[in-house]
Amino acid sequence: MILTSVETVPGKTIVEHYGLVQGSTIRAKHIGRDIMAGLKNIVGGELKGYTELLVEARDQATGRMVAQAKELGANAVVNIRYSTASVAQGAAEILSYGTAVRVE
Amino acid sequence: MDGIIDLAELLLAVSLLALGFFAGKLAEWRHYRSIREREGVTLKVPAVSFRNLNDPRPVRDARLAIGSVVVSADYYKRFLMAFRKVFGGEVHSYSSVIDRGRREAVLRMKESCPDADLFLNFRLATSSISNSRGRDIGCVEVIAYATAIQFER
Repeated sequence: MILTSVETVPGKTIVEHYGLVQGSTIRAKHIGRDIMAGLKNIVGGELKGYTELLVEARDQATGRMVAQAKELGANAVVNIRYSTASVAQGAAEILSYGTAVRVE
Repeated sequence: MDGIIDLAELLLAVSLLALGFFAGKLAEWRHYRSIREREGVTLKVPAVSFRNLNDPRPVRDARLAIGSVVVSADYYKRFLMAFRKVFGGEVHSYSSVIDRGRREAVLRMKESCPDADLFLNFRLATSSISNSRGRDIGCVEVIAYATAIQFER
């Protein structure tokens, strides 16, 4: 599966469009990470626990999008966009969407 | 008795401020030093925000590159922010936090594809992550993504 953030796959041509595919996940952080982040907040800087959490969540959202594209028979997803929104206190939704296509 | 507790609270607040100020400054200085070093290495690989690749060279590989980071302000900076909220205006203490986050995210994106010659349709998104207790802890997530292009050599 080829993933790009532009309308095409450079170096290849699109032969078929399958429409929009998307994947999303809503993640809550557990209390241990919250306490560690609270301590780290005194000093500032990167909160590694949260970075890892959001990277995992983004991988899962991308995975779901890719699974949807595979089901349609696509071999690439183009024009991918990501968005993060906090849906509740302490929980974030990661959404990833793109257009499923077949390239040659 | 109350006086002792008040004094203890004051001492705690002052020591947290001092810790935030000194440790935060040190961490920021070290982070900026690492950012400058790594930016020097990846300087030759441009990240552009155009969508179209106007280059005659044949493309060997195109893939999605992502870099992200969650950064927060230290205790001292949040203390300054509380004052700033009274008078309004630009919050200088926070701009370095966001700047560090953004440059770090771009670097991670570039480092995830070390063979790339160009990063096409480069995008940045910043979002705030809220705390479970509903308090604003001033931490933001920065994500940088683009299509990494590798030309035929």
